[in-house]
Amino acid sequence: MPPVPKDAELGPLFSRLLFELRARRVPVGLTEWMTLMRALALGLHHSSLTGFYHAARSILIHSEAHFDAFDQAFGVVFQGLEGAALEITDDLLAWLKDPKRFNLSDEQLAQIEKLGLDELIRLFEERLKEQKERHDGGNKWIGTGGTSPFGHSGQHPGGLRIGGEGGRSAMQIAGERRFKNYRADLVLDVRQIGAALRRLRELTREGSKEELDLDGTIDQTCKNAGELEVVMRSARRNNVRVVLLLDVGGSMTPHARTVSRLLTAAKQAHHLRELRLYYFHNCVYEKLYTDASFKEGIPVEELIHTTQRSYKLILVGDALMHPAELLEPGGAIYYSHRNTHPGIYWLKALADHFQRTLWLNPEPVQYWDQPTIRLVSNLFPMYALTLEGLTEGIRELVAGKGQSSGIAAARRLQEAALGRPLKRDPWLDRWTS
Amino acid sequence: MSNKAFNRFERATGYVVSDGLREAVNLALCLERPLLLKGEPGTGKTVLAGHVAEALGLKLIRWHVKSTTKAQDGLYVYDTVARLHDSRFGDHDVRDIEHYIKLGPLGESFATDAQVVLLIDEVDKADLEFPNDLLNELDLMRFTIHETNREIAARHRPLVVITSNNEKELPDAFLRRCVFHFIEFPSPELMREIVRVHHPDLEDRLLEQSLEVFYALRGIAQVRKPPSTSELIDWLAALQTAGVSPDVIRKKLPMLGALLKKEQDVEVAKRAVLH
Repeated sequence: MPPVPKDAELGPLFSRLLFELRARRVPVGLTEWMTLMRALALGLHHSSLTGFYHAARSILIHSEAHFDAFDQAFGVVFQGLEGAALEITDDLLAWLKDPKRFNLSDEQLAQIEKLGLDELIRLFEERLKEQKERHDGGNKWIGTGGTSPFGHSGQHPGGLRIGGEGGRSAMQIAGERRFKNYRADLVLDVRQIGAALRRLRELTREGSKEELDLDGTIDQTCKNAGELEVVMRSARRNNVRVVLLLDVGGSMTPHARTVSRLLTAAKQAHHLRELRLYYFHNCVYEKLYTDASFKEGIPVEELIHTTQRSYKLILVGDALMHPAELLEPGGAIYYSHRNTHPGIYWLKALADHFQRTLWLNPEPVQYWDQPTIRLVSNLFPMYALTLEGLTEGIRELVAGKGQSSGIAAARRLQEAALGRPLKRDPWLDRWTS
Repeated sequence: MSNKAFNRFERATGYVVSDGLREAVNLALCLERPLLLKGEPGTGKTVLAGHVAEALGLKLIRWHVKSTTKAQDGLYVYDTVARLHDSRFGDHDVRDIEHYIKLGPLGESFATDAQVVLLIDEVDKADLEFPNDLLNELDLMRFTIHETNREIAARHRPLVVITSNNEKELPDAFLRRCVFHFIEFPSPELMREIVRVHHPDLEDRLLEQSLEVFYALRGIAQVRKPPSTSELIDWLAALQTAGVSPDVIRKKLPMLGALLKKEQDVEVAKRAVLH
């Protein structure tokens, strides 16, 4: 019989689930955590691990995009515990009824009321870190390192099943990882892109006055000593205009499906005031093309002259090319194309003209450590073409403080994804400063 | 403390409920939190509320959200135009504003004597701020009618079921308060069960053949709008009514219009399945 965890060990165990979730960048706060505690105290998990799995997922997770991370975290924390779940139930309930055993002192509990949520979460994380370290130094009765005495999916006689025949246990459900395809950092469908693009909006009152301004009418009528004075105003309209530049062909071919979905979503985004779409190949030179076969086009200078600085510029490309294509005159990929200015000159011209820009890169962030990508990401805030990257990027595009802070924010996000600081290269930075 | 007596949702007639969904409904009931349902279109998000209400023996109040819906509409509407109109013709007592206050769906769900199920359908259709504007009312389950200073407080907290089609992201503060459930696309086994609920006397071979075609269509990556459960049920009804033989389903893809709604998709599907 495997050793049953003692009461004192359950606190760390459960808070470890919270820690594992947050380590996977799932936004779980104290509100959700306390709600879960209440649900458990009410017995809503039916004293089983499967019940706990469903309850915890319903309460802690708010998006199917995080289900997979939840399954992983759950697997790590509760691996091997399943068989013992029945026996631990009583201890579990006893522990859950008393939040003080949550390893927060009375003082800290009192402070919860006073602290802001951010502060609270910070404290909480610190607390959890301490706990984890202490815990891992202990006897390791839940093994992640393979020393666990329990077997995963073993035939334990005490194994718990719910829902009678055919029901599946929590570990099996978590182990299947059925929600992999919903992860925000993996896939993008037209609908998801559409949802992200909907954030592109700045409502302003412009144009013909066709809406009754009720407050204004009342004010004016009162000033008019009761004689009716109708005041009209223009309706609120979205004022966002977007210039979308797409890199097509060559190294972009593997990403063709993702880019075509983005294109479909952009064309369906009727809420945009204006959408201008151009194509380029590998790098932008003096001309941008209106068709993907590079026949018709307009000079970049014309684009700059006919667009206001407030237009939002979105570029989609992998920024992967030979450095000469970016840095040398005559470096364009087509032999017949003799460009007098290097590609970087035109990119800089675009970056200087538009106040808000965004570069979406379909390459995975891990492969961005490459000269031309780093050069380009010095000029434009670069985000990954994933649901997460797109959402973050568009948020920055609409609400950010402008180009340089956008580039810094994108870099921070990239460093967070890589888990290490980005290298600096004065030789590269020289080109873009 | 445990197993507090409350109205538990076990099963619904005419609706197949997965374990996870049943747990989520019960969590929402017991924690008195809104239940947020997401999932592909056509997986039965909207109809669930009706079935839960029926199973629990509660009244259902629906609030269908549109792009122009404001949070205030759900609480109450003060019909100033009617009052102005009446004042000119002297039809009613216009001194009492109360006559011109009409409760919205949310207000109504608070004001009724018994617990009700309130469905807020397609919450993502409305403005981005809409869910945030409802936070306070959904938390406290009470609000004040400013014109008359009357407070409407829920005597029995309604079970609030909210559906979203993922058209817009919902604000974090709103999400934190909800019990969330994502209705997965049914596996073929579950789908068989679901179809049986709707078409009890369907011929086995017809069901097997059409399910095979249905999942094949969903598997084609180029299909822009994959068919959903509700479309499958419609298609089966059409096949059954027309008396289509199970043998031709795979060969001819009859009545494909019930499953695929885009011209390009029909082309793609025919190329992929028929050859």
